Amino acid sequence: MREGNLGDCMKDNVRRWLTRYGPFLWLMLLLLVFWEWIVRMGWVPSFIIPAPTAIASSLYEHRYLLLATHLPATLMEVVVGFGLSIGAGIALATGMHMNRSIEKTLYPFIVISQTIPLIALSPVFILWFGYTQWSKVAVVFLIAFFPIVVSTYDGLRQGDPEQRELLLTMGASKWDIFCKLQVPLALPSFFSGLKMSVVYCVVGATIGEWLGGSKGLGYFSRRMSSNMNTDAMFAAIVLLSLLGIVLFVLIAWLEKRFGTRLHGGKRKTG
Amino acid sequence: MDNNITIHNMSYAFPGKRDSPVLSNVSMRVANGEFVSLIGSSGSGKSTLFKLLAGLLEPTHGTIEIPWVPEGKRLGQVAYMPQKDLLLSWRTVMENCMLPAELAPERQDKGRIHADILAGLDRFGLSGYAHAYPDELSGGMRQRVALLRTLLTGGQLMLLDEPFGALDALTKREMHRWLLELWEGLGKTVLFITHDIEEALLLSDRIILLNPGRQGQQLQDLTVPLPRPRHSDMIYEPALVQMRRRLEEQLHARR
Repeated sequence: MREGNLGDCMKDNVRRWLTRYGPFLWLMLLLLVFWEWIVRMGWVPSFIIPAPTAIASSLYEHRYLLLATHLPATLMEVVVGFGLSIGAGIALATGMHMNRSIEKTLYPFIVISQTIPLIALSPVFILWFGYTQWSKVAVVFLIAFFPIVVSTYDGLRQGDPEQRELLLTMGASKWDIFCKLQVPLALPSFFSGLKMSVVYCVVGATIGEWLGGSKGLGYFSRRMSSNMNTDAMFAAIVLLSLLGIVLFVLIAWLEKRFGTRLHGGKRKTG
Repeated sequence: MDNNITIHNMSYAFPGKRDSPVLSNVSMRVANGEFVSLIGSSGSGKSTLFKLLAGLLEPTHGTIEIPWVPEGKRLGQVAYMPQKDLLLSWRTVMENCMLPAELAPERQDKGRIHADILAGLDRFGLSGYAHAYPDELSGGMRQRVALLRTLLTGGQLMLLDEPFGALDALTKREMHRWLLELWEGLGKTVLFITHDIEEALLLSDRIILLNPGRQGQQLQDLTVPLPRPRHSDMIYEPALVQMRRRLEEQLHARR
């Protein structure tokens, strides 16, 4: 009896998952089949766009190189750059929130930093940090920084003055109000910023690796493209895209786990 | 001296609006343990008076004396319940009620407060809702949680700003019963803003009418001639009906 219920429960979960992602998976499958078919028919030369099966087999062929050397290198750049920009972003956003003159002085610089084309700036980083991984980390940092600062700062600015007053009448200090009111209110916006920025991070690392170096998925895809090995190049791109998806899902999970529950929940009849 | 709360010749103007003060030359006295309602048309400065008493604002002129509170340190000493329930939507009912204890300057015994909250929820007909979120509660339930949270601040003086304004008549009557029970049991001093004359008559010892006048607020003081304990049928007593008519006439005549 109980096992039967458990089975039903699992079936329910699978069904819910299928209704949520089913349409996407069908379209994906359809596109892949169509793509494979076009290439097989010879309408598009395989060095322009390789067939999905060719990409898969190339992925398999280079699996050790890709998964043991290049993926960890890119992942390391993303994680370090992202981590640094979270730290610096939170610090700067909090500082701007706490102090109006910091905000007035620095906010324009943050905006200006975003108007500089990153591709143009990246060679400078290579000049500063050499062909090491730190030049890539610098690109990742710069690309991730802006969304984090802006989303954290905007999140902190929210808040109902009446709620603030209520906490004051309970004897709250400035720090109490920050911890108990402003941080929880800022979390949704902060997590939106993180989700956006983690995807950019992968892009940033790839740009950094294109410019030079000896490791990383971006470096690998560029080398393969100059060898006209389109299959392997696409294999690296698939891995990069998967990396972005996994990181995004990870942040979304963290948000669900630690984020503030501002709305939602089914209404009970009262 | 006595234990009265005394407001003496108090005026308040918002910064930059010195010429048109919200309150001018207000004086009143509230005895310890008294239940006093404030009635007045909107814009008569009732809510500002509460913010001054709570310590969110400081008077431009005059003084507020609360015997057990050092001068100018009212913040954190007076229990204040604003019109909206202002429950934090990311905290459960229990966590919302824990807030006053978390913010209190001295450390408190968490286990005891936890038990107090559960007892309070039980008393307010909210047992079983300790782990519900505010958006899962009805308006009346949220208001009760807010009232409980206000009680848990432990202030001897309670300022209730239209706490039942948004409730339907039935829930309101229930809340009146709860509030009277609490007040009679705890001996707190309550100041109560309302637009509902019936409510004011039923609950309070005294009603103060605030009328904006040219030379500052005109305060009018009325004692409610009803014995305690009160119950909701008393609103039909002739003395009260008469008083209610007089109050209503006065309120409308000023508009």
